[in-house]
Amino acid sequence: MIGVFLSVMRRDLLLAWRRRSDMLTTLGFFLLVTSLFPLGVGPEPEQLSHIASGVMWVAALLATLLSVQRLFESDEADGTLEQMLLSVEPLAVIVLAKVCAYWLLTGLPLVVMAPLIALQFNLTPDETLIACATLLIGSPTLSLLGAVGASLTLGLRGGGALIALLVLPLYAPLLIFGAGAVDAWRAGLGVQSHFALLGACLLVALAVCPLASAAALRIAQD
Amino acid sequence: MSGSTASLIEVRALSCVRGSARLFSGLDLILGAGELMHVAGANGSGKTSLLRILCGLSEPASGEVRWRGAPAASVRDDWRSGLLYLGHRNAVKDDFTPLENLRASAAIAGDTTPGDVLLRALVDIGLGARLDVPARSLSQGQRRRVALARLLADTRSALWILDEPFTALDTGAVAVLSRAMAAHLARGGAIVYTTHQPVDINAARRQTLNLDDFS
Repeated sequence: MIGVFLSVMRRDLLLAWRRRSDMLTTLGFFLLVTSLFPLGVGPEPEQLSHIASGVMWVAALLATLLSVQRLFESDEADGTLEQMLLSVEPLAVIVLAKVCAYWLLTGLPLVVMAPLIALQFNLTPDETLIACATLLIGSPTLSLLGAVGASLTLGLRGGGALIALLVLPLYAPLLIFGAGAVDAWRAGLGVQSHFALLGACLLVALAVCPLASAAALRIAQD
Repeated sequence: MSGSTASLIEVRALSCVRGSARLFSGLDLILGAGELMHVAGANGSGKTSLLRILCGLSEPASGEVRWRGAPAASVRDDWRSGLLYLGHRNAVKDDFTPLENLRASAAIAGDTTPGDVLLRALVDIGLGARLDVPARSLSQGQRRRVALARLLADTRSALWILDEPFTALDTGAVAVLSRAMAAHLARGGAIVYTTHQPVDINAARRQTLNLDDFS
């Protein structure tokens, strides 16, 4: 089980490395969207630092939504997905390996890029650290929920719009806890509860999403 | 073979519906060790649908699939580990070399065949000179060979389910593949396959199932 997890993850990472440009689109989207806000709402530092964490979170979840729909697309098109369904290994483990590789390629770069964006929004070092930490804990959950949406809409025409309708409502609680942490810190309240809730969401998603996604893939291939 | 009397896979009163069309109904088949079954029928008669039902990718509209005498759904792990399915899509990644592709397929299947066996299978199927090039620069027939190399490396599966295995292959590759199929049968394996090409496969026991008879 560990063996198949590691080999599927290695396979997806290697495939992504051979097609590096795909990965950069998501990151470029995140950078561009967050950079448009200072241009749009004006350069007052006070105002920018107020909207900073919200903008970063919205951009992160839109960037995830854009790229996650391709998670199973190429495997479905070339017949690899059939072989995954026929594997003696649990499909949920294969799905989890794919989501882990996906997060390393798209979620983690967003977290790494976040301090740079925080600079544009005039966040203090403490606030930057909190914003990055919420993204670090929150973005794997975004990927996991996105994978369920991707498997439910696999092979559907107009799946792109449908996945947004399915997944965005589920992203709402994460957005509230994630973006709220910086505000709570600024107001002098503790941020512990925000992190606890984000962590709880991650654990629930880790337990449920691979199974839900695997079930949806089996139905999609019938 | 001692197991030749026991059935490997068996279906009873199977019917398949796609959309609003009934493809076939009342289909029974029994396949034992060492047996070769050619599924024939016109285009759209449900050959691929039948093969997908036999390996559990699709659910039949009605009827039952039994694996080694037990309802297949109740012995799902044993059923999956006992079969090897190659559909008409190759499951070959453009960005991987043939060996990387074969390694990835084996890993996904949960198969621990060592790398040198996989390498030998690729050489045997005639890709020895193309081992280092990404699959995107291979021809259609060569990509098919990458997928089929899994059969040459396989020693685990009892039942091969092959959907149009000979498509796009040249005569040399067809000969290699039919020898591999004959060897699998001689080892006590069974094969279900579809083809529109007349190919001579050496088999002691063979059946032909014409789906047009069940439409």
